Amino acid sequence: MPGKTISEKILSAKSGRDARAGDVVVCRVDCALGTDGSTPMAIDYFEAMGGQHVHDPQRIVFALDHYAPAPSRSTAQLHQRMREFAARHGITLWDVGEGIGHQLIVETGRASPGSLVVGADSHAVTYGALNSFATGIGSSDLAAILMCGRIWLRVPESIRVMLTGQLAPNVYPKDIALVLAKQLGADGAAYQALEFAGPGVSTLDLDDRLVIANFAVEMGAKNGIFPASASQVAPVLPDPDAHYTREITLDLSTLAPQLALPHQVDLVTTIGEAAGTPVQMVYLGTCTGGRVRDFHQALSVLKAGGGPAAGVQLVVTPASRMVLETLARDGTLADFISMGAIIGTPGCGSCCGTCGAIPGDSVNVISTANRNFKGRMGNSTAAIYLASPASCAAAAVRGVIADPREVAS
Amino acid sequence: MTGRARVFGDDINTDYIITSRRKRESLDPQYLRRYLFEELDPGFAATLAAGDLIVAGKNFGCGSAMEVAVTAVVGAGIRAVLARSFSRTYYRNAVNNGLLPVVCDTSHIDEGDCLLIEPGQVRNETSGEIIPTAPLPRIMLEIIAAGGLVQYFRAHGDFRSE
Repeated sequence: MPGKTISEKILSAKSGRDARAGDVVVCRVDCALGTDGSTPMAIDYFEAMGGQHVHDPQRIVFALDHYAPAPSRSTAQLHQRMREFAARHGITLWDVGEGIGHQLIVETGRASPGSLVVGADSHAVTYGALNSFATGIGSSDLAAILMCGRIWLRVPESIRVMLTGQLAPNVYPKDIALVLAKQLGADGAAYQALEFAGPGVSTLDLDDRLVIANFAVEMGAKNGIFPASASQVAPVLPDPDAHYTREITLDLSTLAPQLALPHQVDLVTTIGEAAGTPVQMVYLGTCTGGRVRDFHQALSVLKAGGGPAAGVQLVVTPASRMVLETLARDGTLADFISMGAIIGTPGCGSCCGTCGAIPGDSVNVISTANRNFKGRMGNSTAAIYLASPASCAAAAVRGVIADPREVAS
Repeated sequence: MTGRARVFGDDINTDYIITSRRKRESLDPQYLRRYLFEELDPGFAATLAAGDLIVAGKNFGCGSAMEVAVTAVVGAGIRAVLARSFSRTYYRNAVNNGLLPVVCDTSHIDEGDCLLIEPGQVRNETSGEIIPTAPLPRIMLEIIAAGGLVQYFRAHGDFRSE
């Protein structure tokens, strides 16, 4: 038998079996996240299953992040139901304003090398940055975990993504994620794991890796997993003779700023190709683009360019309260406010149109988010472009899509 | 299982199946079924009949993992979805709700074709084409046969040992 990929090793350990790509195994879950988008249904399933007691409440966390704050009576009631369920069963609940569940999983150290962490939200893949097997599940899966602490998983084949070189100035991990989406396509990694490797990996720190792992699902991947960083204990490494379905290589030093065009994440071009396209709304935030460094990068370009152009609505939504507090302490928040930015409650914000600012008809939006589907932000006539924080800031400065390298210099 | 093909293209994401906006209004499948695929065709849901079969190209159900994109389809009386490929979250949500996901070459299926789903193949009774399908692993078959995870857990209380 050949050796194992990182994913095969973790799922072997969690299932107690010799798990190989293609096998379906039942695994013990180390941590499961439910959001306000998925947990109310999971509670329905749990009750319909005849659930009385949560199997291991220590391993469950709930986040009120998609409707933060609740924009309607019905969503407020979903929150009430989750609060009551969490209190009754001793489950940790991150309330409105604490931030996006994925960010809080990372901030509270719930994902570590070799762990199996799932979330009833597709962007749970984010924690693969920490050498954790992390994947998105449904509400019924979450209910099954509430019942028995376990989940069925098909062991994915793996694609090895070899990263070489180092990013040039004003090119960012988001540009890596977008170019991978372009190369692989929206389903290029369907049912499979992306396993990152190569000398380029060590040039990326945890914040960088989170951006890239978060995007794995936009290529259809089950998970996107990085090797452990030097500071992490008990790393899980692939065997030298592990089997990969394919290998792709990306030289980071050759990348230019990238842009996903409406309405597909894999419809990616270099930002220069779309330069001059007018934008009326700029969104900085989400589980892939709402961390402290993202706002620092955006602010740096905004300051270099003299602030946002007239007619541009700039919306800032930190990924968590901790991010917001840091931005408040270091002066970034004050700078954004003085530039006329709208500051949103930490959470998912406008990303999926469930709360926060919604674009007007036919408005062009450029966003640090990970999805640009038609209607995604709550208005199906709006057009959403995806780019790095620096590229979004460059567009805010010019009022048109622009290369951040030109604005920053 | 037989049904009338209702054909969609590639990369139909879950927001196109049912928008997050509708999900905010209600999680009730009987409410949501009225708005199925409204981003693509506002009139479509009214033409969907119980027993119809959803047919799509590659990557059906990509994007958000929201399970209402399955339960709203089940609520409309759809028992199977055929696609060249599925997003993995849609695939597992389908299994967990007793909706049969059939992976097969859908490229020659036309709107309105009468399809017969049999073990190992789909028979297009309109065109005469026989389309081979991949077998499902045992645990998935058991969950679908039970009618979904709820019924499976009501029967077993846990995952059955392999």
